[in-house]
Amino acid sequence: MILPVESLPGPDDIVRRELPNGIVVLVRENFNARSVVMAGSLNAGAVFDPAGSEGLAAFTAASLLRGTETRDFAAIHETLESNGASLSISAGLHTVGFSGKGLAEDLPMLLDLLSDALRHPAFPAEQVERLRGQLVTGFKIREQDTRYMAGRTFRELAYPPSHPYSRLPEGRLDTLAALLREQLAAFHARHYGPRGMLVIVVGAVTAERVISLMEQCFADWSAPDQPDLPLSPDGVALDSTRTQMVALPGKSQVDLVLGVPGPSRRAEDWQAATLANAVLGVFGMYGRIGAEVREKRGLAYYSYSRVDGGMGPGPWRVIAGVNPANVERALDAIRGEIRRIVSEPVGEVELADVKANFIGRLPLQLETNEGVAGSILSMERYGLGLDYLRRYPTLVSAVTPEAALAAAQHYLDPDVYALAIAGPELTDAPGAAEAEV
Amino acid sequence: MHGEAQGVTRHVLENGLTVLLKEVHTAPVISWWVLYRVGSRNEPTGHTGISHWVEHMMFKGTPKYPAGVLDKAVDREGGIWNAQTSYDYTAYFETLPASRIALALEAEADRMQNALFDPDEVESERTVIISERQGSENSPGFWLSEAVRATAFRVHPYHHQIIGDMADLQSMTRDDLYTHYRTHYAPNNAIAVAVGDFDRDEMLAQVEALYGAIPTRPTPPLFVRPEPPQQGERTVRVEREGSASTIFTVYRAPGATDPDWFKLALIDSVLAGASAPGGDSIGNKTSRLYRALVETELATSVGGGLYPSVDPYLFSFLLTVRDGRRIEDVQAALDAEIDRLVAGDLTQAELDKAKKQAKALFAYGTEGVTGQAFWLAFSENFSGYEWYLRYLDQLDAVTLDDMQDAARRTFKRSQRTVGWFIPTSGQGA
Repeated sequence: MILPVESLPGPDDIVRRELPNGIVVLVRENFNARSVVMAGSLNAGAVFDPAGSEGLAAFTAASLLRGTETRDFAAIHETLESNGASLSISAGLHTVGFSGKGLAEDLPMLLDLLSDALRHPAFPAEQVERLRGQLVTGFKIREQDTRYMAGRTFRELAYPPSHPYSRLPEGRLDTLAALLREQLAAFHARHYGPRGMLVIVVGAVTAERVISLMEQCFADWSAPDQPDLPLSPDGVALDSTRTQMVALPGKSQVDLVLGVPGPSRRAEDWQAATLANAVLGVFGMYGRIGAEVREKRGLAYYSYSRVDGGMGPGPWRVIAGVNPANVERALDAIRGEIRRIVSEPVGEVELADVKANFIGRLPLQLETNEGVAGSILSMERYGLGLDYLRRYPTLVSAVTPEAALAAAQHYLDPDVYALAIAGPELTDAPGAAEAEV
Repeated sequence: MHGEAQGVTRHVLENGLTVLLKEVHTAPVISWWVLYRVGSRNEPTGHTGISHWVEHMMFKGTPKYPAGVLDKAVDREGGIWNAQTSYDYTAYFETLPASRIALALEAEADRMQNALFDPDEVESERTVIISERQGSENSPGFWLSEAVRATAFRVHPYHHQIIGDMADLQSMTRDDLYTHYRTHYAPNNAIAVAVGDFDRDEMLAQVEALYGAIPTRPTPPLFVRPEPPQQGERTVRVEREGSASTIFTVYRAPGATDPDWFKLALIDSVLAGASAPGGDSIGNKTSRLYRALVETELATSVGGGLYPSVDPYLFSFLLTVRDGRRIEDVQAALDAEIDRLVAGDLTQAELDKAKKQAKALFAYGTEGVTGQAFWLAFSENFSGYEWYLRYLDQLDAVTLDDMQDAARRTFKRSQRTVGWFIPTSGQGA
């Protein structure tokens, strides 16, 4: 591989500083463009939702830019939009993520607004209700969306109901309707705090300046009772195939998701699993699955596989959109490729191809400030070390065909999986008789 | 021929290929685009969707690079490649590490001349494209957009979706596709652009070596039927399964080279929020329509759109009706806001804000080489690449009076089409 690794972001050009209250700040200067991006997270995601109040973390995060103790909705957004800047905050399963972008001279404004929203939200009653209406309408639209419904149903099938990965952070229509403004405020008071918070800034600003601004905005924040982030249980595995069909009248195409709980980002076989997955359903035109389902048989516009990783055992799954008449044939092809990936080592050439891709794509991934910020966030969140990108070519190169096979065998099974199908009613729906959820 | 502005040089090879080059050395990557001057705008009834289908076939191999070989070659080098078919063009691009860009240049030169259109591959791709259309059909917005487009344009081919009508996707033949390819894919009907980490002279020499000998073809006859004047407001409803009522109201608007275009772009920013060429946008929560429709809990989202097109196209408004609200009331509130603007209450502060937003968005859009290369090719197609380079200057020159005049000319009820999506099940309005 010809890749000047020393040109990649690393310990000598990423400044990392931990504030006394626990916030970790990482900065990479880039004066090639006038803009600056900011990204980060704190530990207040949906994993903290109490049973019966699913969606609480997401609703809380979505409310933060709706008004603070000193700024109303209009003032917040006028500040952002009149400067051509943007800021968003939303909850994921484990963390609340935030990102912002602006011209470099507007970074003080962005960090000040972020601090105000995270620390002093007011949850104005009128705004909370307005937001609830938007969330409900959005929810109803998604419940008519085949791709969304297949994905949501897949989670319910693949994970036990007690596992955080069995649901999406947004909750359900009934819980969303019932959440009170006071619950949002209480959730915020309990879970928002500096411990575990990460802030990444990349762009036309010096590290010294960023750290000074961060100290001004966040140094006096403390939340001693902030709970630690619970880890999502590993070792989740399916013991039998679970299938469900979601009928959505009036649709033309079926979306299907077939998969299993996969490796977490920290799993030892993570890298091997990602390479096996690239052979299975990513490399070239969607890997072996794309070649079989789309290119050879012409069954689908898209058909690919992905392995999520993340803080817990995120899904490893195949996703396809097919004509209702072709579902069974597409599933046969997909199961056939899963059988092959767990039965024999990937070819030397195939493996060399995906390794070249993983390493060779770094310059493109790191071309923009957003790309660099995202990489630094992952390095810090998963404890990979600031030299991770520079070690990455070596790590990828070290994976053998046997290791890729072992990773595939560890998670995938052509005979045991969760399968969710959403679309028009099928007369011969696969597994219709065994639907059980 | 040779011209230069803001680091961009323009060359026309002897066979007619237009080449735009811009050196950008911020990252070791290069983006290479080849755009053909043909899109859904040039498709007669019976062949709707042919440009897009031909685009798919361009990934199905040549004698030198059989199907699948280039997918893997580009991935192996850590690059991306893709293509897009639009109303006015069909474009292909690769963005690769700078040291590997020869692969992109060779691949595009090869498939400009030698795409196979194997009959079996055509049939296999027919089902893929039908599947692509069916995937879109799953979205209520697709049906609404199709109906509004067909109502707003009776004669001009902007009346059909880029993907094409199902009847045509089922009936077009391999020979239809191949004829389209042979007619339109020629150096004298193409624009090639490189932006990134290269030396201009070396790049031009490489382009000449690979493309210079590709023969010129007869200038393709373009199928274009101008839309006659609209005589009165048109309305259309789509009634299907769904959950939320949606409004898609469009006014006939000028093409990108009309002086009114930039005035309307600023109006779009004031009414519905700032967005930039290339799709970048920032929030629109302080826009007039958000305040009048979302803040008042009539709608859950609003958006506006003005597309830089070759022929006169549409200024559009897209609104999602809030659960429990009447679509008539939301339409009335939208109309009231447009009437207010036409009556003349724009302020200098709104204009200044729209200009500042445009500057910021333009700065974001020039961070990556892929976006810059796209915009050079895109604007060269309808106007000349200076359109893109002068984008901010053109906006800056617009005055409040200009905007008022353009609003009065554009927002006439007689010149619009009002489309509603009405869900027939679920709990929508």
